[in-house]
Amino acid sequence: MNALSVRGLAKGFTLHLQGGTRLAVLAGVSLDVAAGECVALSGPSGAGKTTLLRALYGTYRADAGAILVRHGGGMVDLAVADARTTLEVRAHTLGYVTQFLRVVPRVPALAIVTEAAGAGNDAEARARDLLLRLAIPPRLHGLAPATFSGGEQQRLNLARGFAGAHPILLLDEPTAALDAANRATVVAMIREAKAAGRAIVGIFHDDSVRDAVADRVHEMLPLREAA
Amino acid sequence: MSEPLLSACGLAVRFGSITALDSVGAALWPGEVLAVVGESGSGKTTLLKVLSGRVRPEAGHVWYRAPDGERTDVHAMPLPMLRRLHRSDWGFVEQDPRQALRMDVSAGGNVGERLMAAGARHYGHIRDEAARWLAEVEIDVARIDDKPATFSGGMLQRLQIARTLVTQPRLVFMDEPTGGLDVSVQARLLDLIRTLVRRLGIAVVLVTHDLAVARLLAARIMVMQRGQVVEDGLTDQVLDDPRHPYTQLLVSSVLAA
Amino acid sequence: MKGYNFAYLDEQTKRMLRRALLKAVAIPGHQIPFAAREMPLPYGWGTGGIQVTAAVLGRCDTLKVIDQGADDTTNAVSIRRFFARTAGVATTTRTAHATIIQTRHRIPETALTEAQIIVYQVPQPEPLYRLEPSRTETRRMHALSEYGAMHVRLYEQVARYGQIAISYDYPVMVNGRHLMAPSPIPAFDNPKMHRMPALQLFGAGREKRIYAVPPYTDVASLDFEDYPFRAGRAPHACALCGAQASYLDEVVTDDRGGRMFVCSDTDYCASRREQAP
Repeated sequence: MNALSVRGLAKGFTLHLQGGTRLAVLAGVSLDVAAGECVALSGPSGAGKTTLLRALYGTYRADAGAILVRHGGGMVDLAVADARTTLEVRAHTLGYVTQFLRVVPRVPALAIVTEAAGAGNDAEARARDLLLRLAIPPRLHGLAPATFSGGEQQRLNLARGFAGAHPILLLDEPTAALDAANRATVVAMIREAKAAGRAIVGIFHDDSVRDAVADRVHEMLPLREAA
Repeated sequence: MSEPLLSACGLAVRFGSITALDSVGAALWPGEVLAVVGESGSGKTTLLKVLSGRVRPEAGHVWYRAPDGERTDVHAMPLPMLRRLHRSDWGFVEQDPRQALRMDVSAGGNVGERLMAAGARHYGHIRDEAARWLAEVEIDVARIDDKPATFSGGMLQRLQIARTLVTQPRLVFMDEPTGGLDVSVQARLLDLIRTLVRRLGIAVVLVTHDLAVARLLAARIMVMQRGQVVEDGLTDQVLDDPRHPYTQLLVSSVLAA
Repeated sequence: MKGYNFAYLDEQTKRMLRRALLKAVAIPGHQIPFAAREMPLPYGWGTGGIQVTAAVLGRCDTLKVIDQGADDTTNAVSIRRFFARTAGVATTTRTAHATIIQTRHRIPETALTEAQIIVYQVPQPEPLYRLEPSRTETRRMHALSEYGAMHVRLYEQVARYGQIAISYDYPVMVNGRHLMAPSPIPAFDNPKMHRMPALQLFGAGREKRIYAVPPYTDVASLDFEDYPFRAGRAPHACALCGAQASYLDEVVTDDRGGRMFVCSDTDYCASRREQAP
């Protein structure tokens, strides 16, 4: 049973400030991801991998096609869903780990992950475990991440992304700034997520990581620029 | 919860030959933060005034759903009812806190006023509640008897927020709440607003010209230009994938830090 | 007195005043605007009170005028003479003998009766004026009974002094509806207004407002549950008559710190001394 099903997705950008130049990035994209499966997006720079990921999350609004997400016992088409439905899907079904941490200043690391871990009584304990597993030492838990190193910020971002119980996870280069040990941890976490039945779509710049976690590779090629 | 707390349709306001609002609609659900962005003169502040009942539109309606589920037309409700709403279920945070605060009344008196207006008549309880709210907005409780005239700009704005939230409103209108403050003070205030709004589940209509403020606080955003809503959607959609030429101009005009 | 109408004012003006007074009585505590006339004494000397007195004065009335409780101060004497000359009415210093009592800053100690009218001279009729500068807004606040701001003032008192330290012109709620300034009488006198058998009329000449409290109307002093209203007086007995419960004035007797406390109500004090064995 597919957790995520994309049909005929198209996305382009009209640059009004540059004489209305039209950039077509995605056309006719179709993709199915089953629960417990990891699909890696692959292709050269400019092939639209990140654009696709953002379209799947609803940040980039689709021009055509359907993005069907299994949500709350039914299928929701994010390509046409209204704002509140999209928020609802993001809150419960669709998680997104971006490359860069974007948080409000002054909120401590532990609070960020705890909030993502949900309402349960054990949310903070799980958040703490995740941070430790991603090698963020206890002395940093109570600090706001503004002063963290790039690697620490990315690991915090991963902890936040994995803390929730979203059945579908979108990963944008999750290991880009990590050393070998932390990469291995992330690989293990992705495998566990798959084993728990979560569907994953990711961009992995590191072939060894991709080979270790991906069940399938979705190849993408740049479109020729349309006039 | 499938019904909006506040909804509006077909709003039109003209000031002489200038069109301030042109068939503007909006909907706000409980606990949701909606940002209204646009440059000066785009009609965003007029929209805030119309939504909050302060300015009557020439056309269109604004509906408010009371806690009992009853839906009332904001501009048809009797004045006493509207004023009662503004003192209890609603709040209004002005850009300049000096407009909302009583500058010759202590911080505690400022925070306690809405409680007293709602009928609180026990000094001890009012003072305890005022102290609790000063702590919530990170003002030293030892300053409870100081007059706002001795406060910094950031403290004044936090005091205004405490004064507004003390009655636990369901809906707060904010007009450039971080405008005119130093950047470092802004960050603290934004964080505070975000935390309180989330914890208390307050719905907010936030008018700002600052896209970063909108991104930090709001789940949804409306972009206004010349009295019209030119684009709306989730904040990340509108700011990361702006479609309208004006929105693209706004987004591209932001200096990257 | 030749050349003047009875009680100085012409009958048209009195009619206008009486209309305002009737309205005021109909809406206890509500301020009624009226076209105050120039009077032959300066603002602040009781021009509002005089116009109200002139409007209700009849040939058979007996008038008493007090200022700070005393019948013999300049202001009281002038106004009493004014009406003696312009209306030819009887005057008295005895509270019990008077049918109309015009007062500045006191209510007599002797309880008033249904047969009497008390007229207060009022400098500032708007109890909200210190809180809200706009008269349009205060009118709206009265219309909607929005008086939370008044309690802010009481809150400030307790916060600063540990108690409500308003000692005169202490705000009251009339008939559970209108907030009213009782004129600068001491807070000590506030309880006397509550369900008073006499008709209470208030005139503010400079501010051109008239208001009233009809007989037996509820008048409640604002307070907090945990800081209830207290009618304070100096903790002494009157040095002249020995009264323990009357409102006292402090009188400095020499320049070496000598002082004494005496009844502010001169008629009350004198009566007690006459009756004393």
